[in-house]
Amino acid sequence: MSASTQEINNLINQEYKQGFVTELETNTFLPGLDESVIHKLSKIKNEPEFMLEYRLKAFRHWQTMKSPEWAFVKFDPIDYQSISYYSAPKRKEDGPKSLDEIDPQILEAYKKLGIPLDEQERLAGVAVDAVFDSVSVATTFKGKLKDAGVIFCPISEALRDHPELIKEYLGSVVPITDNYFAALNAAVFTDGSFVYIPKGVRCPMELSTYFRINAANTGQFERTLIIADEGSHVSYLEGCTAPMRDENQLHAAVVELVAMKDAVIKYSTVQNWYPGDKNGLGGIYNFVTKRADCRGANSKVSWTQVETGSAITWKYPSCVLTGDNSVGEFYSVALTNNYQQADTGTKMIHIGKNTRSTIVSKGISAGKAQNTYRGLVKVLKSAENARNYTQCDSLLVGDQCGAHTFPYIEVKQPSAQVEHEATTSKISEDQLFFCQQRGLSAEDAVSMIVNGFCKEVFKELPMEFAVEAQALLGLSLEGSVG
Amino acid sequence: MLSIKNLHVSVGDKPILKGINLEIKPGEIHAIMGPNGSGKSTLSHILSGKSGYTVTEGSATYQGKDLLEMPPEIRAREGVFLAFQYPVEIPGVSNVYLLKAALNSIRKHQGQSEVDAMDFLTLVKGKVRLLEMDEKFLYRAVNEGFSGGEKKRNEILQMAILEPKLCILDETDSGLDIDALKIVSEGVNSLRSPDRSFVMVTHYQRLLDYIKPDFVHVLANGQIVKSGGAELALELEEKGYSWLEDAEASA
Ligand SMILES: Nc1ncnc2c1ncn2[C@@H]1O[C@H](COP(=O)(O)OP(=O)(O)OP(=O)(O)O)[C@@H](O)[C@H]1O
Ligand SMILES: [Mg+2]
Repeated sequence: MSASTQEINNLINQEYKQGFVTELETNTFLPGLDESVIHKLSKIKNEPEFMLEYRLKAFRHWQTMKSPEWAFVKFDPIDYQSISYYSAPKRKEDGPKSLDEIDPQILEAYKKLGIPLDEQERLAGVAVDAVFDSVSVATTFKGKLKDAGVIFCPISEALRDHPELIKEYLGSVVPITDNYFAALNAAVFTDGSFVYIPKGVRCPMELSTYFRINAANTGQFERTLIIADEGSHVSYLEGCTAPMRDENQLHAAVVELVAMKDAVIKYSTVQNWYPGDKNGLGGIYNFVTKRADCRGANSKVSWTQVETGSAITWKYPSCVLTGDNSVGEFYSVALTNNYQQADTGTKMIHIGKNTRSTIVSKGISAGKAQNTYRGLVKVLKSAENARNYTQCDSLLVGDQCGAHTFPYIEVKQPSAQVEHEATTSKISEDQLFFCQQRGLSAEDAVSMIVNGFCKEVFKELPMEFAVEAQALLGLSLEGSVG
Repeated sequence: MLSIKNLHVSVGDKPILKGINLEIKPGEIHAIMGPNGSGKSTLSHILSGKSGYTVTEGSATYQGKDLLEMPPEIRAREGVFLAFQYPVEIPGVSNVYLLKAALNSIRKHQGQSEVDAMDFLTLVKGKVRLLEMDEKFLYRAVNEGFSGGEKKRNEILQMAILEPKLCILDETDSGLDIDALKIVSEGVNSLRSPDRSFVMVTHYQRLLDYIKPDFVHVLANGQIVKSGGAELALELEEKGYSWLEDAEASA
């Protein structure tokens, strides 16, 4: 093996910077899952009766289902009885009314993540909802949002305060029968964010949720529901981290987006769950269902994701383009290192006339990691003049990793135009040497080349997030050249 | 500046350089000529730190330091620059971004502060004009889709901005049209200074009409078989290399 291949291999030995554990007193359910756990969960959350029914129905359906096996990932079967389905920091009876009432340890934990909730509220102009294990601990900027008519709150709160919206929209994009993990989520989800933007309102600030799994042996099942009513606009950011633990932890989230006529939703994710150590021990199993329904004419949903974390990622943010002239976009960077596995991509379902979709996927694999793009473009008979453009690029760092591409195309409407382009490239030793000969360290060179590769996706991210994403890619490759 | 003593280099088991001796003083220009496959690029690579070669004997000392011990990026920061025979493409990374990152890493090594964005642009645009390039090249990805000649010119642009001490030009003239050769040569000449040295690998006397070397060396089969002044290049142009190889064989 030549020197620079060796260097690349060394660079890959990164350290995870968010791996701290916060010591807190918690209320945690004993591990195990049956109907009584769901009753208990619904009760502790003080949910309306219809929610309990919803959960039980989902649970019963889940029990008839099998864990999916088609994805290009390998893992031992998950023992769902060894997971605890609820963990919440202990706190005053009715929960925090303001940030002053939040446990200082939690605030400290968010500070370490670079998300100082208190300052964020005052300075940054981004409204933040922070979900710690199973509960939402803080939502900032509530006042200002309320003035605009925007509802941004923990979904557990929305269940109590806006049951009519929940009844109408929850499960309307991802039904409980959709897939194994979505059914499980519907049965046991604990918290997440709820957003409603009323007709004609442009949300006055970016909305953002930070998820953190802290407790051991717990799963995180969050549920996000965003409804953009006619002519409204919203940009939503999601970030996630977890401590370093030797055992695998399950994260099975569901995100539903509904865009009505002329509405625009931009959903950006920087996912940095703990990926496991360099030998593949521990890490989060990130099995997520994200789907948007472009329900109204001329609506638009744009997914942008930067995925650097998790031991296994199984995730296909999708758009159902129901409304005529509606637009779906998917911009993705997925980086896998060491023993990480990612099977990710998107589905674009064209139903309405003149619907358009764009897919730009950038997969980077380093170390011994596997990275798979899996995408479906489906054009139904009704979707006259539908158009799709897909570009799918893979970059290999080192010589022990893999990249795979599975594009599925189903077209039932002859006027549709579907384009697909795919490339695979490698960071060559000549490129590395060239950069080093210009004075850059091998690490900086890899990071620069990777960032260049991802440029088209990064430019879709909101400014602060783009900076964070670039830094994260650098960190995730740290140690792979030495 | 650079002192190479009895340098032997192999790739795997195959010896390529077989005892090179070369002394380069500050301000000097040395031209290296020789048949294809004689080891000229190998010499350029070994001096700039490319991996994949084994030094089996000998030494190279640069400004009093053991050059062969230094990692490639340290050599670059200490002022060794290689203009590649075959420059690589780096998709997605703009020329101007690479130049700034390179310049700053060199400045940092030399204890200087990062270059101010405005000063940097002024500097870069000046050099772009010097080499009669279009400013658009700054914002294109490094060498991506550049023509052969544009890539070569881009190498010299980088050299002009990074201001190295020891400039190694591996066949920079190959692939340049007549006008470009003149422009690039003028660029190189403008960088000549009493404390900057050049090693120019070339096959053609033509380049040496524009950049007059102090010494010309002939590399054949891994050794320097003849050294002389600028006039040696004219002689080679006329007679080719075979008379030297014959002389070597009979010696
Ligand atoms: N990695 C390698 N593996 C095997 N042989 C090599 C390798 N690198 C160089 N060589 C051989 O070493 C010899 C010298 O190559 P080098 O590129 O230094 O020649 P050169 O003098 O620059 O030739 P040219 O004028 O064609 O550019 C050649 O025979 C070449 O095939
Ligand atoms: Mg050569």
